[in-house]
Amino acid sequence: MMIADGIEDEEKWLAEGIAGIQHNAFYLHRAVESNNLREALKYSAQLLSELRTSRLSPHKYYELYMRAFDELRRLEMFFKDEDRHGCSVVDLYELVQHAGNVLPRLYLLCTVGSVYIKSKEAPAKDVLKDLVEMCRSVQHPIRGLFLRSYLAQISRDKLPDIGSEYEGDGDTVMDAVDFVLQNFTEMNKLWVRMQHQGPIRVKEKLDKERSKLRDLVGKNLHVLSQVEGVDLEIYKDTVLPRVLEQVVNCKDELAQYYLMDCIIQVFPDEYHLQTLETLLGAFPQLQPAVDIKTVLSQLMDRLSNYAASSAEVLPEFLQVEAFAKLSNAIGKVIEAQVEMPVVGAISLYVSLLTFALRVHSDRLDYVDQVLGACVKKLSGSPKLEDNKATKQVVALLTAPLEKYNDIDTALTLSNYPRVMDHLDAGTNKIMAMVLIQSIMKYNTCVSTAEKVDVLFELIKGLIKDIDGTLADELDEEDFKEEQNSVARLVHMLYNDDPEEMLQIICTVRKHIMAGGPKRLPFTVPPLVFSALKLVRRLQGLDGEVAGEEVPATPRKIFQLLNQIIEALSNVPSPELALRLYLQCAEAANDCDLEPVAYEFFTQAFVLYEEEVADSKAQVTSIHLIIGTLQRMNAFGVENRDTLTHKATGYSAKLLKKPDQCRAVYACSHLFWVDDQDGIKDGERVLLCLKRSLRIANAAQQMANVTRGTGGPVTLFVEILNKYLYFFEKGNPQITSAAIQGLIELIKTEMQSDTATPDPASDAFFACTLRYIEFQKQKGGAMGEKYDSIRI
Amino acid sequence: MNYILGAFKPACHISITFSDGKSRKQVPLKKENGQTAMVPLFQSQENISGKISIEPVSGKKVEHNGIKVELLGQIEMYFDRNNFYDFTSLVRELDVPGEIYERKTYPFEFSTVEMPYETYNGVNVRLRYILKVTISRGYAGSIVEYQDFVVRNYGPPPSINNSIKMEVGIEDCLHIEFEYNKSKYDLKDVIIGKIYFLLVRIKIKNMDLEIRRRESTGSGANTHVETETLAKFELMDGAPVRGESIPIRLFLSPYELTPTYRNINNKFSVKYYLNLVLVDEEDRRYFKQQEITMFRLGETS
Repeated sequence: MMIADGIEDEEKWLAEGIAGIQHNAFYLHRAVESNNLREALKYSAQLLSELRTSRLSPHKYYELYMRAFDELRRLEMFFKDEDRHGCSVVDLYELVQHAGNVLPRLYLLCTVGSVYIKSKEAPAKDVLKDLVEMCRSVQHPIRGLFLRSYLAQISRDKLPDIGSEYEGDGDTVMDAVDFVLQNFTEMNKLWVRMQHQGPIRVKEKLDKERSKLRDLVGKNLHVLSQVEGVDLEIYKDTVLPRVLEQVVNCKDELAQYYLMDCIIQVFPDEYHLQTLETLLGAFPQLQPAVDIKTVLSQLMDRLSNYAASSAEVLPEFLQVEAFAKLSNAIGKVIEAQVEMPVVGAISLYVSLLTFALRVHSDRLDYVDQVLGACVKKLSGSPKLEDNKATKQVVALLTAPLEKYNDIDTALTLSNYPRVMDHLDAGTNKIMAMVLIQSIMKYNTCVSTAEKVDVLFELIKGLIKDIDGTLADELDEEDFKEEQNSVARLVHMLYNDDPEEMLQIICTVRKHIMAGGPKRLPFTVPPLVFSALKLVRRLQGLDGEVAGEEVPATPRKIFQLLNQIIEALSNVPSPELALRLYLQCAEAANDCDLEPVAYEFFTQAFVLYEEEVADSKAQVTSIHLIIGTLQRMNAFGVENRDTLTHKATGYSAKLLKKPDQCRAVYACSHLFWVDDQDGIKDGERVLLCLKRSLRIANAAQQMANVTRGTGGPVTLFVEILNKYLYFFEKGNPQITSAAIQGLIELIKTEMQSDTATPDPASDAFFACTLRYIEFQKQKGGAMGEKYDSIRI
Repeated sequence: MNYILGAFKPACHISITFSDGKSRKQVPLKKENGQTAMVPLFQSQENISGKISIEPVSGKKVEHNGIKVELLGQIEMYFDRNNFYDFTSLVRELDVPGEIYERKTYPFEFSTVEMPYETYNGVNVRLRYILKVTISRGYAGSIVEYQDFVVRNYGPPPSINNSIKMEVGIEDCLHIEFEYNKSKYDLKDVIIGKIYFLLVRIKIKNMDLEIRRRESTGSGANTHVETETLAKFELMDGAPVRGESIPIRLFLSPYELTPTYRNINNKFSVKYYLNLVLVDEEDRRYFKQQEITMFRLGETS
C-alpha cells in the first residue's frame, strides 16, 4: 500500500514539475521571440528551478531533466545570436552568474559556456575548466549527476582535441583529457554517494535506481575513448591511472564492477594489452563483493578475440607477457579475496585457460600451469561439493580438448589428472565420457603406451570401481553405454610400430583387468580383437628378423591373449570367453602355430565342458566350435582327429534331438573341406549324415510317442540339403540312390496320418525339389549327375 | 535638463541650473515621496556653479529683503524628524533687498567645495546635499527652493588588501575552512573564494552566502542598529563530504551597495558583512559572519 502511494505521489510530483517547466517555457518562448534577454533569463532560471526537486526517483527525474534539456537547447540558440539580445557573450557569461540559486545558475552557465566556446572568444580549455570547477557547487547526487551529464553533453563536440577546431596552442589534448577525467571523477563520487541518500529507502531499491544512472558516469569514459588525441602514451600515463585511482578509491562495489567493465569495453584492445599490468593491478584492490571474475573474463575474452583478429598482434602479446601477467593477477585476486567461492576462482581459471588456448595455442605449459594453479586452489578441500564449481571444472577440462581436437595434448598435461581427481565420482565419469567422446569425434589415435596409461588413468572412473561408489546406484543402461564407450576407445589406440602397439595392449590390459566382473565382458573383447589385429599384421613379418630378439611376436601375443581371456572365463562369462578362444585359435591357425591353436581349442572345449551348462548356449557354442574347427588347416591329423572327435561327440550329446541332429550333420563338414588340399573323407561325412538321420528318426518317433503327432519334416529336409551339397561336391559316398531314398522317406512322412502340416517345412521341401528339378534341367555334368534322381 | 523642483509658489518661479548640467552625469535619487528622480552627481572638491533665475508670476512683482543661495550637507535621522544636522553650510548672497518685476538671473559659484561624505539613503538615516535658494520676505514668509544633488567620492584601491581565511567549526560535527580572496571590495567587484569541508557529520541541505548591511545610528545609549540582507546567493546544493571544496564566485554589481561608512560625523556608520550560512536537513542554520570593507573605485565614464 505504502509503496503504491509512493509511486502515485511521485507521478503527481513529476506532473507538477512538468507543468512548472511548461508554464515557464511559455513565457521563455515569448521572451525569446521578443528578444528580451532579461525576461528570458528570468524565466529560464525559474524553469530550471523545477530541477531542484528532491522528491523524484532518478528515473522520473530523468524525464523532467529531458524536458528542461529541450528548452535549454532553444535558449542556447538565442544566446548564440548576439544581434538579438545585444549582449556580448563575455557579458552574458557573467550575467547568468547573477542567478541566486545555484542549480539554475550552473545550467545557464553551462549553456552560455557552450556558446562562449563556440564563439572562440576564450580558449575552450579555460571555459571548460571553469565550468567543471563551478559544477562542484552541486553536491546533491542526483542533481549533480544530471548537471554534470549536461556539461558532458554540451562539451562533447567542443573539446580541445587534436584536429578539433577548438584545439588551442600547446598541449591542449591534455586539457581535454583533464576536463573529462575531472567530470568523470566528480560524477562517480556523486553516483557512489547516492547510496547514502535517504535513510528510509532499502539498499536493494537504491542499487536498482543507481544502476539506471550508471551510463551517465560511463559516458565520460566513452567520450575519453573518442578523443583523438588520447594515444597510447596519454592513456597509459594519465587516463588509465586516474580512472583506476577513482575506481579503487570509491570503494563501491557497484561502481567498481561497472567501471572496470566499462574501461575494458570502451578502450581499444591494444591499449589494454600495453597497460595490462596497470589494469590488472587494480583488481586485487577492488571490494570483495565485486564480481571480478566476470570482468576479468571479459577482458580475457576481448584480448583473445584481439589476438585472433590478426596474426600480427601476437608478438605484442608475447612482448608484454600477457599470459604471465594475467595469471599473476588472477592469483593475486584469489589470494586477496579470501571469501571468493571456489566456483569463482575456477571460473577465473577457465577464462585464463581459454585465453591461453586462444592466444598461445602452442604453449601447452601455460595450459598446464593454469591447471596446476587450479589444483592448488582445489587442494584445500577434498572433493568438490558445489554443483556450479563442478561444472566449471568440467569446462576447464573440456576446453583444451575442444581446442586441440586431440586427446594427445591433454595427455601431456601433467596437471590434468590432478584436476580430475577433485571431481566427485559422478562428474569424473561424465568427464571421462567427454574425453572419450572427444577422441571419437575427432578420430584421434592415441599412439603411445605412455599416453594410453595417462588416458586410462584419467578415465579410471569408468574403468574400475572407485571407492565409495555403490554398485546399485548405477543405472544399468548408463553403465552399458559407458562401457561401450570404453570398448570403442580401445579401438582408437593404435600404433604402426608393433612393439609399441604391444605395449599399448599390455597397458590397456593392466587397466581393464581391474575392472571387475561387470566390466570385463565389455572391455575384454575389443582388447582381444585389437591384439588379434596386431597378430594379423605380424603374420607376414614373423621370422624376417631372425636371430634378433623380437618382443612382439604372434606367439607372445597369443600368450597374452590366453591370459586375458582366462580372466574373462573366470568372471564368469564362459560363452564370450569361448568365442574369443575360437577367434584366437583361428588367428593362430593363420599364423601356422598349431600348438597355440590347439591350446585355444582345448580351452574352448574345457569351457564348453565345465562352464557352458545352458542347453541353448551349448547349441550355439558347439556350432561355433564346429564352424571354427572346419576352417582350421594347421592341425596335423592327430590333433585334428582329436578335436573333430570331441566336436562330434559333443554334438551327439546335446540335449534336444533336433539340436543333436543339426549339430551332427554340421559335423559332417569337418570331414570335407572344400579346399584344394582340404580333408575329403567321404565315408565319415556319410557316417555323420546317417547318424543325423537316425537322430531325426528318433526325434520323429519321440514326437509320436509324446504328443501323438509326428514332428515336422524339417530336419529331414535339412539333411536332404546336406546330402545334395556333398552330392554336388562329388563325395562318392553320397549316391543318387541315397538321395532318392531320402526324398521318398520325406514324402512318406508327409503323407502319414500323424503328420502335422507345417507350411514352412512343406515350402522348404518343395523348394528343395524344385532345385533338384532345376539342376536336372540345366543339363551338363551336373544335370547328368542328377538325372537318376526321380521326384 | 533640470527641472524646477518643489511646489509652485504663488509669487514667483525659481529655477536652478548647473553650468555643466548638460554634460554632468545624472544618477537616480530616491525622494521623500518615494519617487526616483535623476539628479547631478558631484564629488568633493568640485566647483558647483550655475544660474538661478527668478520669474515672477505674470506681471506680479516680488518684493524681498534679499536673495541667497546655500549649499547644505545634512544628516537627517528618521526617528528624529525635522532635526537636520548641517555638517556643511555655505552661503552666497545673490541680491540686496528690492523688488523683481521680471525674470532675473543670478550666477552663483561654490568653488572647491569640501564634501567629505557621500549621499546616503539608509533605513534610519539620510545624508543629503542640497542647494537652497531663499527669497526673504518680511511678510507671508520666505520663498524657498531646493535642488538635490548627489555626492560620491572615489578612492584609490587600498594598498593592503588581505584575503579572509578562516577555519571554523562545531566540535565533532562540522569543520570548514573558508577563504574570500579579499577583505576590501569595490562596488563592482567579484568575490572569489572557496569553502573547504574538513569534517561533515551533519546532513547539509544547502549553503548560502549573504551580504548584510549593518547601519548604526546615534551614539551611546541611543544607538540604533538596523541590519538588512541585501543578497542571498546559494553556493551549494546538497550535502558535501569530507574533502570537498566548493567554489565561490559572487558578482557584486547586481546589488545596491555603498562604500563602508565609518562613523560619519559621529552620527552614523554603515558596514558590510559576508555571512556564510549552512542549512541542515532539519533547517538548522549554522553561520559565520565576516566584515568586509566596501569602497568606491573611480569610474571610467
